[in-house]
Amino acid sequence: MSQGSHEMPFWMDAILLPFLNIVTAFAATAVIFLAIGVDPVEATQILLFGAFGYEEGIGYTLFFTTNFIFTGLAVAVAFHAGLFNIGGEGQAYIGGLGAGMLCLFLGQWLPGLLVIPLAIVAAALFGAAWAYIPAYLQAYRGSHIVITTIMFNFLASSLMVYLMVDVLKEDGQQSPQSAEFAESSWLYSMHDFLAIFGVEIEASPLNLSIFLALLAAVFVWIFIWHTRWGYEIRTIGSNATAGVYAGIKPARVIVLSMCISGALAGMVGVNEVMGVHHRLMLDFHVGYGFAGIAVALMGRNHPVGIILAALLFGVLYQGGAELAFEMSNINRDIVVVMQGLVILFSGALEFMYRPWLMRMYLAISGRGDKQEVAA
Amino acid sequence: MNDWFTIFILTLDATMRVSTPLILAALAGLFSERSGVVDISLEGKMLAGAFAAAAVASIAGSAWIGLLAAIAVSIVLALLHGFACITHRGNQVVSGVAINILAAGLTMVLGLHWFKQGGQTPRLDNEARFLSLDLPGAQAVADVPYLGKIYEELISGHNILVYVAFLMVPFTYWVVYKTRFGLRLRAVGENPNAVDTAGISVVKIRYLAVICTGILCGIAGAYISTAHNAQFVRDMTAGQGFIALAALIFGKWRPFQVLFACLLFGFLDALAVRLQGVSLPGIGEIPVQFIEALPYLLTVILLAGFIGKAVAPKASGIPYVKER
Repeated sequence: MSQGSHEMPFWMDAILLPFLNIVTAFAATAVIFLAIGVDPVEATQILLFGAFGYEEGIGYTLFFTTNFIFTGLAVAVAFHAGLFNIGGEGQAYIGGLGAGMLCLFLGQWLPGLLVIPLAIVAAALFGAAWAYIPAYLQAYRGSHIVITTIMFNFLASSLMVYLMVDVLKEDGQQSPQSAEFAESSWLYSMHDFLAIFGVEIEASPLNLSIFLALLAAVFVWIFIWHTRWGYEIRTIGSNATAGVYAGIKPARVIVLSMCISGALAGMVGVNEVMGVHHRLMLDFHVGYGFAGIAVALMGRNHPVGIILAALLFGVLYQGGAELAFEMSNINRDIVVVMQGLVILFSGALEFMYRPWLMRMYLAISGRGDKQEVAA
Repeated sequence: MNDWFTIFILTLDATMRVSTPLILAALAGLFSERSGVVDISLEGKMLAGAFAAAAVASIAGSAWIGLLAAIAVSIVLALLHGFACITHRGNQVVSGVAINILAAGLTMVLGLHWFKQGGQTPRLDNEARFLSLDLPGAQAVADVPYLGKIYEELISGHNILVYVAFLMVPFTYWVVYKTRFGLRLRAVGENPNAVDTAGISVVKIRYLAVICTGILCGIAGAYISTAHNAQFVRDMTAGQGFIALAALIFGKWRPFQVLFACLLFGFLDALAVRLQGVSLPGIGEIPVQFIEALPYLLTVILLAGFIGKAVAPKASGIPYVKER
């Protein structure tokens, strides 16, 4: 194992290796398609048509992309501090609760111009609060953040079931959902928004949250790479001991990065609750938090990479729905499988090809023999 | 009075049944984590095991062959975890997440392909399930007050996997604390360098540990689909793998304490079912969700250091690098 003792050129490490990992994940998906008797080429065509073939499909694709950008950024910010925020699910759920409660209680009294920003802030605060407790416990009591965030996912889900069934449920309703928000607190859908400028597009759940997602990506880029806090986060993430010597307090960094992470995850609630459902309900968040891990891994924790990876997952989600609709012998869970394979090959087996690539590189550059002796 | 006693016994009886998969999965996690490999994919392995057991049992018509299939599938996933975390030193949490998600997706995709029932497996006949066993004399003593009831309801009348799970606790204790393998297992989790210096392969011990994890998760999965239920349905483990993980931490990575934690969490679950819609004198109706959330809440409080201290094996989560 020559890992670490030789340097690979940047492009191999940052582009070729991730590319090989993704190709492996897709190859594994193709094998599964073949195993269940589906032609992978035909499946890909249907998938791409579903995602890009018509306006409504594109709308859905970008709608899903919005969620993935939020959760991908959330996971990435924590990653930069060396933390694994596996609680995106719970933070998204509680973020939605924050936005929803604000719309529910203030929506009819205040104008939309006030309610909407307030609700967005509420989503961020609620998400951050749900991340704050595990962060605090990690920072000051030494509890492992992976375990506590897992527990907080389940706690969020119990809390929401309780609230939706026993407290916030609309009177006279059978299903556990709240009353509809006042219309002033709805976030503009993209088709309504563009109609203002005279552009007609088909209706889809895509709404203005996507701009919020892009803003969040810019924010994360500036925050992580161009502020003191971001510098502290990256320092603690790459070498906590050195950070402490430089006078950085790890506990503060843990809390700060997790709160930002939670706030970003909470934004999923804005897209779902304020953008589409216009009411609080159960399970609007399911799967996005975990998918965020795949998105962050694939996007290498950089906002540009995350936007691209989120788009890919948006395509898979929407295309996967189309696939399940078109082919009776496939269900939407094929997307879940792909997601698992991406996490496996781009995440857990990230370095699988590294030793092999290293040997190739050394052989081609003709430095293999010399290095081998030196090692 | 007798009514209350019967309700009490029935609740404990239910506790045993819901605790069984928790005990098996938590002990599974114990092997892996004691060797230094963090495993949050107990859930995924159980789910895959449950699917394999139900699928194979429905085709082969035998619960035992189903059990073997569950163990085999669960071992394959455990080895995948090992391949990523031990051989390639990948992130153990990421690998665990990948396996959970993969199991959730693959069971549905393959289930639909093989059985065309929207991802479910066909309902199992009684021959293809693990049925309740009557221990000798259970009927004879059933009329003896109290003790007879305890023997008949609580101790007798479970399927064989329940007994396996409970026997697995002393067995695990024996393996981990009284055998050479157990000593090495614990050593590898605390100080792999020392084990390596003694000429024992860290990699080999950790692989053996994750295989043990695979076997026990497989049994847990088979219990869920072929003993507790009679078919596989979507996401049927429903977070039990994570409760088991919580129980493992709550039990501080020690077999008998883990058993206690599993029984406690199982009891809470049984109690939640029993208290549904019941108004308690002086307290009123307790929301079921609150009782359901208690295992998670208790674990968080424990981890925060308010009930004793949970110290994980020192080397857990850290891949072993030989050249240092």
